[in-house]
Amino acid sequence: MASIIQVTGLTKRYASGFEALKGVDLAIQEGEIFALLGPNGAGKTTMISIICGIARPTGGSVTVAGHDILRDYRGARSAIGLVPQELSTDQFERVIDTVTFSRGLFGKPRNDAYVEKVLRDLSLWDKRHNKILELSGGMKRRVMIAKALSHEPRVLFLDEPTAGVDVELRRDMWKLIGELRQTGVTIILTTHYIEEAEEMADRVGVITKGELLLVEEKTALMKKLGKKTLTIVLADPIQTIPDALAEWNVTLHADGNEIEYIFDTQAERTGVSSLLRRLGDLGIGYKDLNTRQSSLEDIFVSLVHQEKAA
Amino acid sequence: MSLQNLRAIAAIYTFELHRFRRTLLTGLLVPVITTSLYFVVFGGAIGSRMTEIDGIPYAAFIVPGLIMMSMFTESIFNASFGIYMPKFTGTIYELLSAPVSATETIIAYVGAAATKSLIVGSIIFATAHLFVDVPVAHPVAMAAFMVLIAVSFCLFGFILGIWAQSFEQLQVIPLLLIMPMTFLGGAFYSVHMLAEPWRTITLFNPIVYLISGFRWTFFGQGDVAIEYSLLFVAGMLAVCLGVIGWMFRTGYRLKK
Repeated sequence: MASIIQVTGLTKRYASGFEALKGVDLAIQEGEIFALLGPNGAGKTTMISIICGIARPTGGSVTVAGHDILRDYRGARSAIGLVPQELSTDQFERVIDTVTFSRGLFGKPRNDAYVEKVLRDLSLWDKRHNKILELSGGMKRRVMIAKALSHEPRVLFLDEPTAGVDVELRRDMWKLIGELRQTGVTIILTTHYIEEAEEMADRVGVITKGELLLVEEKTALMKKLGKKTLTIVLADPIQTIPDALAEWNVTLHADGNEIEYIFDTQAERTGVSSLLRRLGDLGIGYKDLNTRQSSLEDIFVSLVHQEKAA
Repeated sequence: MSLQNLRAIAAIYTFELHRFRRTLLTGLLVPVITTSLYFVVFGGAIGSRMTEIDGIPYAAFIVPGLIMMSMFTESIFNASFGIYMPKFTGTIYELLSAPVSATETIIAYVGAAATKSLIVGSIIFATAHLFVDVPVAHPVAMAAFMVLIAVSFCLFGFILGIWAQSFEQLQVIPLLLIMPMTFLGGAFYSVHMLAEPWRTITLFNPIVYLISGFRWTFFGQGDVAIEYSLLFVAGMLAVCLGVIGWMFRTGYRLKK
């Protein structure tokens, strides 16, 4: 696969002196769904803004479909559809007018059949004569996606497509993005939810504090990120870990009142049920169990350490 | 300019005119009513007690000033709102991410605002005919002057819209600078009527030259020579184009 976006040594320093991007290199393959995962303020939106022409880079270069974003901005921008994080729409316009406008703005000849297809795909066709202000938040997001798709882009940027959206709408959005991918468009989305990257992406890039820590196939990354900690609160404290539990590599906490077991959620066998069975066999009683996923911040911290160690 | 660019210009231009159409009734009625009020007050009540100015009946004398005043306001208002609102609502992201050059953006926004401004100017001109006989000595020059004024002030409004970071800033220049300068710029009187030193001081007001030039196209005479007026219009166009060029090149208040 050829890369459709090539980011090389991209830096961004704001007038305040804040360094939002510190030399990012990234290649996006045509046809993939790429998730840019990172906490708030990591530089995700800055990077998208630069690629799309909304912010200026301080250094480095970007090409989109072979066009440099500065020297040949027309070629680069024609290939891109952008759905920003904020719901910014012309409230008084009708759905069909605003989508037709976007197509014209990107210099494409009028094509009612194509606009109809986009609106139908996004379940907006019935609402085409509604003013945007009459639509719900989820529908407005769809209108923005329709505008971004109106000029037949090869790359679609979705900046936090599910931020502030309830669970059901999030599922809808995931399904929709899966369908968009079938049309062959390359999709780059930003998110700070691990599940979201896990659900949709082919590859994931982890970005924090303006640095791209790693880019990996999702499955490989999930193996790294998919660790959970099982805490077993014992009925009676124990002094030492019995040898019979050695194969689980458990640790003792809270003055012998708790046992912690770290396991891989992606593994064929997590070892949880066999561990509990063994505890039963040993006659060690427990009164509570809980599992906890490491927070994104924990994961970033551990990734940073891994990177430094490597 | 390629077909692709023309389509983008057409898209913005029609979008802007569509925005005006939503407020069509007030957009057209207001200039008609305002003009009528000015004629009732200045033309009828006061004008009847005034002698002719430079050989022109007072009611006819104020017509060019009235058209200019409305066109200044309309141009600045339309053009500044046209670019300020997308900044305010955030929809400017689409313009910035579109394959559209600065020149095309300006042609589209300023063209649309100037179109509306010219429509308003023409309505006032037509309304004035209901009240008074207005001779036009140089019709072609008059039309050209209206276009030049509409374009210059729309460029100025466009700059204002990019510069403004609040609705207050958007209003402050037209209300506190342009309006007083217009009233003091001879919209309703001839500069020759002023005593010194006010007469000399007034000549530092650029609006005087614009109104005088427009009046020349009606009556063949103005407060200052027509060449000076043309120089001021050209100067204003050049300065505005220069500032806008700089704004787009540096991304001033448009791009982070």
